[in-house]
Amino acid sequence: MDYFLSEEQMMIKELARQIAVEKIVPVRQELDEKEEFPWEIMRVLAGSDLFGLFIPEEFGGLGKGSLELTLAVEELSAACLGVSTTYAANALGTYPILLFGTPEQKQKYLPDIAAGKRLVAFGLTEANAGSDAGGIQTTARLEGGHYVLNGTKQWITNGGEAEIYTVIAMSDKSKGPRGASAFVVEKDTPGFSFGKKERKMGIRASATRELVFEDCRIPRENILGREGMGFIVAMKTLDSSRVGVGAQGVGVAQGAFDEAIKFTRSRVQFGHPIIAFQAIQHMLADMATEIEAARALVYHTARYMDSGANDVTKVSAMAKLFATDMAMRVTTNAVQVMGGSGYMREYPVEKMMRDAKILQIYEGTNQIQRNVIAQNLIKEAAKAK
Amino acid sequence: MRIAVCIKQVPDTAEVKINRETGTLVREGVPSIINPYDMHAIEAALGLRDALGGKVTAITMGPPQAEAALREAISMGVDDGLLVTGREFAGADTLATSRALSGAIRAIGADLIVCGKQAIDGDTAQVGPEVAEFLDIPHVSYVRKIIEAEIDHEARGSIKVERLMDEGVDVVQAELPALITVVRELNTPRLPSLRGKINAKKTEIKKLSAAEIGLTPEVVGFNGSPTQVKKIFTPAPRCGRRVLEGGLEEQVEALVKELMEKKCL
Repeated sequence: MDYFLSEEQMMIKELARQIAVEKIVPVRQELDEKEEFPWEIMRVLAGSDLFGLFIPEEFGGLGKGSLELTLAVEELSAACLGVSTTYAANALGTYPILLFGTPEQKQKYLPDIAAGKRLVAFGLTEANAGSDAGGIQTTARLEGGHYVLNGTKQWITNGGEAEIYTVIAMSDKSKGPRGASAFVVEKDTPGFSFGKKERKMGIRASATRELVFEDCRIPRENILGREGMGFIVAMKTLDSSRVGVGAQGVGVAQGAFDEAIKFTRSRVQFGHPIIAFQAIQHMLADMATEIEAARALVYHTARYMDSGANDVTKVSAMAKLFATDMAMRVTTNAVQVMGGSGYMREYPVEKMMRDAKILQIYEGTNQIQRNVIAQNLIKEAAKAK
Repeated sequence: MRIAVCIKQVPDTAEVKINRETGTLVREGVPSIINPYDMHAIEAALGLRDALGGKVTAITMGPPQAEAALREAISMGVDDGLLVTGREFAGADTLATSRALSGAIRAIGADLIVCGKQAIDGDTAQVGPEVAEFLDIPHVSYVRKIIEAEIDHEARGSIKVERLMDEGVDVVQAELPALITVVRELNTPRLPSLRGKINAKKTEIKKLSAAEIGLTPEVVGFNGSPTQVKKIFTPAPRCGRRVLEGGLEEQVEALVKELMEKKCL
């Protein structure tokens, strides 16, 4: 389908696809099996300017929007979700600076991020604060010119590999959610260390670690926004990034679908390529239809965000929810139509299926997305009365 | 350092089919690419520019559509492109091509010229060295490693390289201006960047005709080409492959016997 992309948007898509085909596909299985962080590919992405896509030109980026980032994430995800998670988590970690940073903070961090010189991670989740972000126990105590951080963040994508961390911590526990604040913490700050690398079901090229803060002193000016704005920073960040997870769903589903089509055209049973059988045809038809519907929703949500709209919470949750549930179904059915071959590691679809599962879990589980959508429906209905 | 890279637009031979009756390439519908060896030449030029400063110009001789090859080079980071074009250049052999390219290089000036070792369509490996001869400058072919390169403010400099030979490697140093032709082992060509792609769309490609580089129609294109094609044919497919059967010892025995009969052992 023609989504009426501009010439530059087409260029971004083509470039990301070229990187995916030439640099990611040949190594994705090895990265998955060795659980190896894709530094080489990150360097290629940096050289291709893709880290600067969504960063304003005045800070060394290309000044593009959500749609452009979505296109790049989709193409990378079609090759490897582990790689695209690394790339997308960098954007996730950057949004707090982009949305709430002072001009000085932006000047300090964004040019290096745009150039791909320093990788970013976002630290919100804790052992007791997942879906219930209000359960955050990491504290930030103001002492003179410094905040002193104590606590542990869990399952942080790019943890240990990134050099810049945007972290949510409680600056005033007595205020509950209104007592959270957002901070920038740089790697190598004394008192900041990392836990072991997690061993995951999928997206194994991406690195997931604990962030451990033990009397970690950071300059007072590293706060993003004002004290007490931590939850707003986190929610606005997730509003911006969710559509990117939807794009990952579209990408991985397309990748799996392309493998399924190729396979069913060449696999012969009962004297015919199996694509000649209606049972297979109907599965493929459903897969293709669902992918296209998700893509349309994801692209249009991104365009809506780029139009400057500020009521994006509900639609971005819908885009994330729909596209990632779709990705789980389509990757599972890609394995199914490929049968025993699909289950084997010789073909990439078993990895895609393992990888796709995380999309329904991270950046807000799909159950939380439904909560978010429902809360907005209730608000809208109350307003309409 | 002013660096000129000579590139050629060629059919993607991975996609080419041969017309069995005429023995010629079926070019219709075959995508065009930059000659793969020239991609390594571009990378070498960009690497030297990034290290030493200066400017890289990509040059090609070809029909108007060869402009696409220059734009692709620009998307990788080449500063500008020069298209030597006109009907008078059609039908050129390596001599006429080298004469035209050297004329263009003389017109813009260059301290170093980098070429791929050969093109994958003609496979002659003649154009690079011939360009150097027309310019009366030293050349080193089959470069697999650039050991060092230097240039001062008065454009005096040198380049030291490893040249890949059948029996080993030569280390050669040449005074600038010089020309090198490069092999695949030299480097891994970079992918385009987004800024490069945007720039490639906008950049105006300079065009030069024979007259503009001071050449008459008699010395370029078909008229300036002494090569005469006697016959074009498809080499007969190599046959005679035989799969040995039986146990390992039987197979080894049969293989040794056959090799001795053919005087290979």
